[in-house]
Amino acid sequence: MERDPRVCVMGEDVGHYGGSYKVTKGLAEKYGDLRVLDTPIAENSFTGMGIGAAMTGLRPIVEGMNMGFLLLAFNQISNNCGMLHYTSGGQFTIPIVIRGPGGVGRQLGAEHSQRLESYFQSIPGIQMVACSTPYNAKGLMKAAIRSENPVILFEHVLLYNLKERIPDEEYVLSLEEAEMVRPGEHVTILTYSRMRYHVMQAAKTLVNKGYDPEVIDIRSLKPFDLYTIGCSVKKTHRVLIVEECMRTGGIGASLTAAITENFHDYLDAPIVCLSSQDVPTPYAGTLEEWTVVQPAQIVTAVEQLCQ
Amino acid sequence: MASSSWLLMRRSRALIHHKNFSFYSLFSSSSCSSSSPLLKKPHAQSAGYSNNYSSAHHHFRFLRRFESTKAEAAQLELQHYVTDDDDNNRAIDFPGGKVAFTSEMRFISEASQKRVPCYRVLDDNGMAMKYSNYVQISKEMAVKMYSDMVTLQTMDSIFYEVQRQGRISFYLTSIGEEAVNIGSAAALSSDDIILPQYREPGVLLWRGFTLQQFVDQLFGNKSDLGKGRQMPIHYGSNKHNYFTVSSPIATQLPQAVGAAYSLKMDGKSACAVTYFGDGSTSEGDFHAGLNFAAVMDAPVIFICRNNGWAISTPVEEQFRSDGVVVKGQAYGIWSIRVDGNDALAVYSAVHTAREIAIKEKRPVLIEALTYRVGHHSTSDDSTKYRPIDEIEYWKMERNPVNRFKRWVERNGWWNDSNESELRSSLRKQLMQAIQVAEKAQKPPLEDMFNDVYDRLPSNLEEQERVLREIVKKHPEDYPSDVPL
Repeated sequence: MERDPRVCVMGEDVGHYGGSYKVTKGLAEKYGDLRVLDTPIAENSFTGMGIGAAMTGLRPIVEGMNMGFLLLAFNQISNNCGMLHYTSGGQFTIPIVIRGPGGVGRQLGAEHSQRLESYFQSIPGIQMVACSTPYNAKGLMKAAIRSENPVILFEHVLLYNLKERIPDEEYVLSLEEAEMVRPGEHVTILTYSRMRYHVMQAAKTLVNKGYDPEVIDIRSLKPFDLYTIGCSVKKTHRVLIVEECMRTGGIGASLTAAITENFHDYLDAPIVCLSSQDVPTPYAGTLEEWTVVQPAQIVTAVEQLCQ
Repeated sequence: MASSSWLLMRRSRALIHHKNFSFYSLFSSSSCSSSSPLLKKPHAQSAGYSNNYSSAHHHFRFLRRFESTKAEAAQLELQHYVTDDDDNNRAIDFPGGKVAFTSEMRFISEASQKRVPCYRVLDDNGMAMKYSNYVQISKEMAVKMYSDMVTLQTMDSIFYEVQRQGRISFYLTSIGEEAVNIGSAAALSSDDIILPQYREPGVLLWRGFTLQQFVDQLFGNKSDLGKGRQMPIHYGSNKHNYFTVSSPIATQLPQAVGAAYSLKMDGKSACAVTYFGDGSTSEGDFHAGLNFAAVMDAPVIFICRNNGWAISTPVEEQFRSDGVVVKGQAYGIWSIRVDGNDALAVYSAVHTAREIAIKEKRPVLIEALTYRVGHHSTSDDSTKYRPIDEIEYWKMERNPVNRFKRWVERNGWWNDSNESELRSSLRKQLMQAIQVAEKAQKPPLEDMFNDVYDRLPSNLEEQERVLREIVKKHPEDYPSDVPL
């Protein structure tokens, strides 16, 4: 926001309140309430507003208080945000960033535990990235703001309290690259966002049991970084996808299809995809825990895959 | 009971004065200069308001605003419902301000006794009515306005026929709404950003979009600015500050607020202007767009073309309110109802609204009453749901082009030979433009994949490659006018 005066933030309670997860804390005091704009409750409308502002030269960052609420903004995101650069013949660009907390939290209820990446992934014209660490959150956010395309940045409700030492100086990560978290030889585990931590926990157990998993945080959900993924598949010949999306129609489903199509010859076993069940997320804590993939399941899946 | 209610009305003087006192009316002299009279100081009677404004509320309101939003202080409009000092002990405090209370349980009726009157300058014969107040226009402006209205009319009838002949796939006309199109366009500056629905090509025409450019878009050929990607009438031109038409209804309303917000950040002396029909006012985006614009002090002009029909749904089935103008006040927006078939009235209203929007940084709602003479589009036959003589009546007797023509002629600025020259020249130009457009090549295959993103990503490169291979293998199955 300091580097470019056209960058602005809009969303519910982003101003003096600092945002529902305090992501925009302090920005309103620093940049004024015109650049950090509190909007009334109408997701379709403030997303539309962001699109109009972007078409007129600003670089807005629209915050969904919870990504699930952006289902109300689907019309604007799909029919306008993704399309107008194309249908206007390239005359209008929409350099907007749409971001917010999503995913399954701790007893937030079904409506607040949505995984919107599976619904948005078909929309042509948008890019989707998911951050998972403070380091990649900063880099991806900067990249998203500087991109000329509309970008949807998925944050996770349970990852806001992570602490990490990150460089003070400016750095920008690529929006189309996956991150190698742990190189290995036996199996490629593809994951993103919060599931990365479950995978790393499972990885510890697996290492103790003598396995050597390669863990890749795919980060870029649309488009997939098939180069990094492909190199890994060619090395290990076994793929396990661990995601938080539901079984049907999630990122894992698309990724399975993409890998099968492109790297079929390199696979020694069918791709295994661990996802959440096709149920609305229950409120009861124990039930909620079991809709999401747990480290124990990941360990079992790897053992089976490597037989 | 009756006496106490009168007492209440007398006490809240604000209410009575608000009804009679139209702050932005072009009043006093009968023919005012074209400079805006809107910044006149308030009428003496109402001057007492500012003293009576509750200081606590005033202070609180400023606490919530930071320095960067400097809307010109327009405090008067909020004082309409505040009682004077005598009644302070009869008022109660709630979030949102002080409000008088009453022991009478009275429901506000669903409609005022009288419908909101409609601002009109010319009578049906094109004569300026006595005591009419309007913004003067020069001969040049009047002639350009009239010529563009005729151009729009001619374009519409010819292109409609071209669709009927099967040469383009789709078209929709603005017949009957020429005055709204051109009258409003003429009152705006080229810096103002237009967010249209789809029945406002006249605005683009006014700004200099050529006939050839219109036709190229209809045929989706390689000269089309949209590169053949959208269906006919979905024009767009960033050079003319005319946002590309997008089919979903009312999505442009919140976008207009965003565009206005951007203009405000840049400190530009321009506003966003968005058009929509009566049907659009039922969409959620209408509600939120107006609400946002009001809350954010966005310089937007909302122009509703209330033409009576949303495809086959008449306004009686669209809403139960007194049209669209009454909804403005519900959002805290200045609004006006205008005779949309009176080009001068539309011009004056939009001209004034623009000044309000820019100088005061606030939205304005204009309801232009008109009639959709044509069918909804070439996919519709409106005689199926409305009587033919109704259509004929509006086409002939309430024709906005003829009405304006009479006014221009009466001023000695136009005559019959100008008319026939214009019409025959237009026909020739249009026929030629159509010929050129029809023969032109379509956009190349690569334009199917470009512009989805700023650069071609690998998956689209792959898809393009695969498609080219298929076309190469089966050339007879693919159209010959699409260059590879």
